[in-house]
Amino acid sequence: MITAGIDVGTKNTKTVIVKDNEIIGRACILTGFDLNETAEKALQEAIASAGITRDQVEEVVSTGTGRKSVTFADRNVSEVSAAAKGVHYLIPSVRTVIEVGAEEGRAVKVDSDGKALDNALNEKCAAGAGSFVEAMARALETTVENLASISLNSVESVPMNAQCVIFAESEVVSLIHQKVPKQDIARAIHDAISGRISSMARTVGIDADVALVGGVAKNIGFLKSLKDHIGVEIVVPEQPEYVGALGAALQ
Amino acid sequence: MSDIYRYKTEPLKAWTKAKEIRDNYYREYAEAKQNGKLRWSGSGITLCALVKGFGDDIVRITGEPYGATIGYNPKFALECQEATETKGYARDMCAYLRNYWGSMWVDKYAFGGPFPKPDFLYTSMFCCMQAKWYQRVAEEENIPYHASDFAMGKVADTWDKDWRVEYVANQCFDSIEWLEKTLGRKCDEEKVIKAIYDECRATALWSKICMLNQAKPAPLDEKTMYSLYVLTILDKSSPVIADFYEELLAEVQYRVDNQIAAVPTERCRVMHDSQPPWSFLKLFRYMEKFGVVSVGSYYTFCLGSAWDYIDGHMVPAKTPQEQGIQFKNMEEAIRFYAEWNVRRRPIVESMHAAQPKIDYTLSIARDWHADGAIMHFNRGCEGISLNCAEVRGAMVKAGIPVMVYEGNHADDREFDENAAISRVEAFMERLGLKKLVD
Repeated sequence: MITAGIDVGTKNTKTVIVKDNEIIGRACILTGFDLNETAEKALQEAIASAGITRDQVEEVVSTGTGRKSVTFADRNVSEVSAAAKGVHYLIPSVRTVIEVGAEEGRAVKVDSDGKALDNALNEKCAAGAGSFVEAMARALETTVENLASISLNSVESVPMNAQCVIFAESEVVSLIHQKVPKQDIARAIHDAISGRISSMARTVGIDADVALVGGVAKNIGFLKSLKDHIGVEIVVPEQPEYVGALGAALQ
Repeated sequence: MSDIYRYKTEPLKAWTKAKEIRDNYYREYAEAKQNGKLRWSGSGITLCALVKGFGDDIVRITGEPYGATIGYNPKFALECQEATETKGYARDMCAYLRNYWGSMWVDKYAFGGPFPKPDFLYTSMFCCMQAKWYQRVAEEENIPYHASDFAMGKVADTWDKDWRVEYVANQCFDSIEWLEKTLGRKCDEEKVIKAIYDECRATALWSKICMLNQAKPAPLDEKTMYSLYVLTILDKSSPVIADFYEELLAEVQYRVDNQIAAVPTERCRVMHDSQPPWSFLKLFRYMEKFGVVSVGSYYTFCLGSAWDYIDGHMVPAKTPQEQGIQFKNMEEAIRFYAEWNVRRRPIVESMHAAQPKIDYTLSIARDWHADGAIMHFNRGCEGISLNCAEVRGAMVKAGIPVMVYEGNHADDREFDENAAISRVEAFMERLGLKKLVD
């Protein structure tokens, strides 16, 4: 059986095609204004990468912020269930999933069958999501990838006091004017976001193994900072941004 | 009958009368002047039996239900909240308070016409907002004002102390003295005693009605219960309300005896926590699409009721009538009344400590057979929301699936409907439930 999972995120729409429990194709495109059109386009690209035709896809399951906008989906599932299922497929030993996307973060406690037992969500505060890092990278006139990389060279912890992304940008400018080294500012940015994420994760309890997924999982600076905050090893599956779409396809 | 419908259902016959009582209440308050009556305002928790001793021509409005009524109308609520905030008051103050004050400042009554100004203000304080609520009204409108204090909180080493009851009882006499002076009338002790009997009856009856929701299927759903519990917050010492609850108890018992469900598709029971977002009560109807019935909450069960907590179970408090107590005099009645309100009103226990609310919540989850809990992390009420994270933690530890959504009970600006629905859907998936109807 061939199924497609489409994760319509705020920034990117990801699609995974699964055939008899094996991943055979995937695609990721920027989410446009018309979510349904974006989802269709992402599906087409994933189908092309799988080398199949549209009519071979027997079921389409959507997830993500825009999941209800995908009118051609056969059904939709919450991001919580999708994350739990997707991670369980990839790393069955995981019991805590931390997912950080462009504008949302969540922590999900899962059982040995990949079922979500408890969850905590942040869908209100950008300071706990990827857009915070992006905004700060712009303030430092660099890319997110470079920001992550240079943060690993920091030797001094600089506190970021601003609670809000809006004010944090002003604070970064102040730090620049104070001649604080860029790598220390970069580290402070990652520490700020991982502080919020780890607090959220603690509300569901942190049990090993812990997996980090979502687009922000590719940020090596954030990964290190989060590990330091929660005090346990974190595994990041390959292509962590696709975990939600994978989980939807596996429903 | 379709497979999805497991039980029979029928509308609650008492519903119409409940609505009528409430409508009459607010209309009588507005029309008081033309009917030669006096208007009184204060908290719903006020020791209101005392005022009953001063005549049948006093009509009241209680602040919290009025604030909730405004909250149910987001457009008017916004007007009231902005009026309050323009005066310099913080947005994180109690949403009911901001609505009430705003209604006063924009001079509009939620039911039409100008804001009906009270003739006197008498209240009992049980939270920091209540401490200033009517004081401000008094200053603004130059109205006589008196407040008495509650002996709040279930603090372990003082809980059983008599001074807590005496503290409240003594203030009752101070309040009577103030009322006599302000109203220029002598207190009719027989009327006060009767009102105390009626209040004990009404509040204990609501507890008994809540108890019946332990049945499967649940005869009542929580959204319906919101329109029923509120009557004791409108006027808990009113014989009209006590009599109504006798009728309601009989009808709910009939529903239990005949397996008449509030939600005919009931396959999962949840409990809620805190006031609901009043402009978003469709949350409960939405859950019903999954066959989920909200059987009650600490808030709905405890705000206008009277309970004892015995061996980990909530038990309706026994009225003086049930105990065979005949008050020989006012002093005896007032002391019983003070004790009833200090020791048998759980809502005041938990506003200062986590453990009482944890105990009651776990008791509800167990005895009302809740399969899960939906907690409103409510920014609009500090008192009811106090220790919500601790309560959540205790429920998770007890193995109860819990879902949290954030919002405000009477300020729509702080509520995200889509986010809340999204969380509900994720929770339904966690509980293994699919939508039964669209």
